[in-house]
Amino acid sequence: MAWFKKVRKPIEPPADKASRVPEGLWVKCPSCAQILYNKDLTASLNVCPKCAHHFRINATDRLRMLFDGEWQEHDAGLTSTDPLHFHDTKPYRDRLETSINATGLQEAIICATGRLHGTEVSLAALEYGFIGGTLNAAVGEKITRAIERALDRQLPVIIVSCSGGARMQEGALSLMQMAKVSAALARLDRARLPYISVLTDPTTGGVTASFAMLGDVNIAEPKALIGFAGPRVIEQTIRQKLPEGFQRSEFLLEHGMLDLVIDRREMKDAIGRLLRFGMVRRTSAAAPVDADAVPRPTPETVPPVS
Amino acid sequence: MPTELLEFEEPIGVLLKEIEALSMLPRTAERERSIDSLRRRADDIRGQIYANLTPWQRVLVARHPSRPNTLDYVERLFTNFDELHGDRRFADDHAIVAGAADYKGEPVVVIGHQKGRDTKQKIFRNFGYARPEGYRKALRVMLFANKFSRPIVVFIDTPAAYPGMESEERGVAEAIAFNLREMSMLEVPILVVVCGEGGSGGALGIAIGDRVLMQEFAVYSVIPPEGCAAILWRDANRKVEAAEALKITAPDMLALGLIDAIVPEPRGGAHNDYDAATALVDQALTQALDEVSEMSIETRLNLRYDKFRRMGTEGQAFVDVQSDTASS
Repeated sequence: MAWFKKVRKPIEPPADKASRVPEGLWVKCPSCAQILYNKDLTASLNVCPKCAHHFRINATDRLRMLFDGEWQEHDAGLTSTDPLHFHDTKPYRDRLETSINATGLQEAIICATGRLHGTEVSLAALEYGFIGGTLNAAVGEKITRAIERALDRQLPVIIVSCSGGARMQEGALSLMQMAKVSAALARLDRARLPYISVLTDPTTGGVTASFAMLGDVNIAEPKALIGFAGPRVIEQTIRQKLPEGFQRSEFLLEHGMLDLVIDRREMKDAIGRLLRFGMVRRTSAAAPVDADAVPRPTPETVPPVS
Repeated sequence: MPTELLEFEEPIGVLLKEIEALSMLPRTAERERSIDSLRRRADDIRGQIYANLTPWQRVLVARHPSRPNTLDYVERLFTNFDELHGDRRFADDHAIVAGAADYKGEPVVVIGHQKGRDTKQKIFRNFGYARPEGYRKALRVMLFANKFSRPIVVFIDTPAAYPGMESEERGVAEAIAFNLREMSMLEVPILVVVCGEGGSGGALGIAIGDRVLMQEFAVYSVIPPEGCAAILWRDANRKVEAAEALKITAPDMLALGLIDAIVPEPRGGAHNDYDAATALVDQALTQALDEVSEMSIETRLNLRYDKFRRMGTEGQAFVDVQSDTASS
């Protein structure tokens, strides 16, 4: 027994030092656990530079990534009126309010026209942050208008899906939007205008069973969850665990449901090439013949609003 | 007469038991009178119950095991039915039947979901859960009708498209999506009768028509009430509330502008009187077919497009707050 005892003080982390690193400067990749500098991540379009994990991005970033520069947004004010006065554990109106405040959007989609490698396109991107990017009457109307706008102005259509399917809170009104959008796509098809469907994580339910699967070309981002029934519903039906990779982009590619699985960083170039293929008969002064000749702006060098 | 009674039909059950007990007694004029009056009372009560069904009770009626199904209507409304099998791609799906038949002496194509009644049939029909090949078969047979300018009659009665692994592997979403797009462009008249469960995309995948009719006690929903309750209430037992909230009944669907008309059912539901139910469907079909057949192809296609185009806009499911804005 020692006469003197050394009292050990626990090492306390200096409280002020930790707070000197601002929030959100670093991001940990959920796939490879690499710590990433946020600016680097943004520069690589939110794809992990180490393992190519695709982070989910919002609709505005999607537009910024695909358009050459500025774009014109359409029907931004369309918003749901809660037609069924739906109320589950909390009122649907409150859910709408929360989503509107969180995303700054009135609905789960942005529709815009602008140029992609010089070709003017009608583009719609679903916003997952708005009630899971679900399809309701307003979203269906906005997509339909985007398609009809393309028909009017002879533009190709690109729809970027990121959605949990039809929105339950608007019941069969949501369901029927699948028919409405598909009918508009039938007209686009008969008018021989290109439609490119981009499927991102996740694309499920009524969105997959309508416009997401109807592209002249269906392109998906790697490892995106794409399917009709949810994995849990299928597990309940077959009463066994689903195999690894089931309902992922690569699985769908293997089963013949997708044309391409493309890294986000190459997405725009690929779409540009396919548009050139689809729009060749219509090439006019408005659209350069060689779309690849147009330099591709990086997200940082987006030209100012005209 | 089918005897399976639903829970809420208990008062009728009591009377039916009394009638049964009386019929055991020796036949007398007195007994006949009592039975007659009991029968009338049972009918009255049935009428009252069915006039005030809750949405969840309508779901139970729509799923009633004795409810007339596609093949029951085919047998009673059509002659010379030749079932056409297979999607020419993979298999023949027994959950959807399709074929050529005569309706009032004119050739038509009939297509519909088939759930099956006894256990053996149910398994054979996969409980009416169609797989991708079912939707592809349906479209193939519709194109056959289109080629020879014959109208298409569709009966809808499915819980959903089959949520299994092989469905996903073979692209059930693509099959439904493709049908939605192509059916909007078929030149011939398409008449749809929702006669049981209109289960989400599984129903819609063959339900694009010039006239979408719905039987009085049928339901049409974006998700089964149980599924909705499990997701939104996190409790599948809240299905009664979910059924109410989802607005799945025929009157709701009509009010929302999502169907064209309601086909009335005999007192106590179609399962109580097949012939009366069939006659009412017949009447509605004939009228719809006359109206739609008269149109030119162009008019028909435009009206079909406009009908689905308006869905959601007429019921004011959204508002347009502002016009186009430039931004980037």
